[in-house]
Amino acid sequence: MSEIGQNLRVVEHATCTFCGCVCDDMDLTVDLDAKRITKAKNACTLGRAWFAEHTIEDKPPARIDGKPATTAEAIEAAAQILAGARLPIIYGLSDTTCEAQRQAVAIADLMHGNIDTTTSVCHGPSGIAFQGVGESTATLGEIKNRADLVIYWGGNPAESHPRHFTRYAVTPKGMYIPNGRKDRYVVLADVRRTPSAPVADLFLLVKPGRDFELLWALRALVKGRKIDPSIEESTGIPLATLETLVERMKSCRYGVLFFGMGLTMTRGRHFNSGAILALATDLNEYTHFVAKPVRGHGNVTGADNVVSWQTGYPFGVNFSRGYPRFNPGEFTTVDLLSRGEADAALIIASDPGSNFPKRAIEHLKRIPVIVLDAKDTDTTELARVAFRTATYGINTTGTVYRMDDVPITLRPAFDSPFPGDEEVLTALKDRLRVLLNEKRGGALRKAA
Amino acid sequence: MVETMILIPGRSNKQGTSLNAGKLKHEYREVTSTVEMNQDDMARLCLKDGDAVRLSNTVGEAVVRCKGKKPSDLPSGMLFIAYGPPSSQLMGGDTAGSGMPISKNFEVQVERVDVP
Repeated sequence: MSEIGQNLRVVEHATCTFCGCVCDDMDLTVDLDAKRITKAKNACTLGRAWFAEHTIEDKPPARIDGKPATTAEAIEAAAQILAGARLPIIYGLSDTTCEAQRQAVAIADLMHGNIDTTTSVCHGPSGIAFQGVGESTATLGEIKNRADLVIYWGGNPAESHPRHFTRYAVTPKGMYIPNGRKDRYVVLADVRRTPSAPVADLFLLVKPGRDFELLWALRALVKGRKIDPSIEESTGIPLATLETLVERMKSCRYGVLFFGMGLTMTRGRHFNSGAILALATDLNEYTHFVAKPVRGHGNVTGADNVVSWQTGYPFGVNFSRGYPRFNPGEFTTVDLLSRGEADAALIIASDPGSNFPKRAIEHLKRIPVIVLDAKDTDTTELARVAFRTATYGINTTGTVYRMDDVPITLRPAFDSPFPGDEEVLTALKDRLRVLLNEKRGGALRKAA
Repeated sequence: MVETMILIPGRSNKQGTSLNAGKLKHEYREVTSTVEMNQDDMARLCLKDGDAVRLSNTVGEAVVRCKGKKPSDLPSGMLFIAYGPPSSQLMGGDTAGSGMPISKNFEVQVERVDVP
């Protein structure tokens, strides 16, 4: 960090937490008077918008039933709601620090509630597939330095993760990739020709809903089995193209399969993710091959890690029996809301009120909702209690995990008058503990 | 004329930049209310850029504006829309025991509507 003028400061090696790339090579110029970032060197278009738009808004620190409130009043109101609920749920967590995520898990445990993260509607199916198939994994640094065959499947990094190509996997020079892009062969498989397609040496236009069949055909070819030429009719890709690709896969020095939500959000879900993970495993009979999900939000990978090391499971965890149980489809948030089971919700740094299925949103509107967010969203609009919090990475420090499970410490740019998520959640946990002790102590005395 | 097409909600760069400005602001709402459609399909349905179409299925419906894409970029019968409130109106709540609702690659009915 260096001072360049009376009211300007440069924060070097700051981290962008907008997407899962978590680029930690930002040099931020900060106007301390205006409390805004005026320049974000090295940032992509998404990163520039992230840094430029997160300023200090002239808004109250909290709202209860739409009316301005103090943070302390909002904590009391939120604690009363959660203490009185029979099945309170916690959801979100992908755009906050690991330290805040840890407090959220503690709250779920304390109130015998349910905790789930945006993973369940992102790479949750991949999480299920990891448990069934395993993951041949690597860091992005290893991929940058070694990968000579890079395959993207069901994703559009040019728009969703703009620096994935330039910082990690396509154009950078690496220890064993001295010529950068020239030393790599790049393949992109998708159902439409996205802005990512020009990056690829080979583009596979897959018929919608046929990813599993295509991946399974590649597995068969890797194992030397015969595939009928009718595979072209069912998947859109000629057999000869697949055979050539498989030869390239088997003969590369280091291959990587990056996969996106084109696999997890479509019919097949975890079977699709499982197929691509299994393909990577199969290819290790011939060469070194890894498979990595391309993760979306800044710290969604941290959410998986924190929830896993605190409960034993990555998402969709229920504490109603006093110990953690994991069951996607039962304890995942879309299901709990769509079935009308949750009777209170604590939403942290996410916007299910905008992005969830219609039926789930309708239930969110029926129950008391508590939200922590740095911005106004559809979810803050429907919330009974809404906290305005500081932005992680810009106003608060903490830890985030890059999409390859590498933890990175944040260097904040300027202070916020609003509390951080960790601060609010810690205070909420402390108040909730008092209320629940009173409630459970009374129940115990009655039973005695 | 009503046709059945496949809807692919997804991320877009413009959606990503506009959500930072604010998800309740006009730009984000506009980005998430614009559906991309194969230009040949648009011609067949007598649609031009900016015309309103109703997307519907058994779950719900959403009225959005259409924007043409070259047939080489977006195959016939396919639609792309940036995730947001309109696409959520068309997503079913059943996750088939996975936690994940089908959020891409589902059928919708497409028809032109007259909206000022």
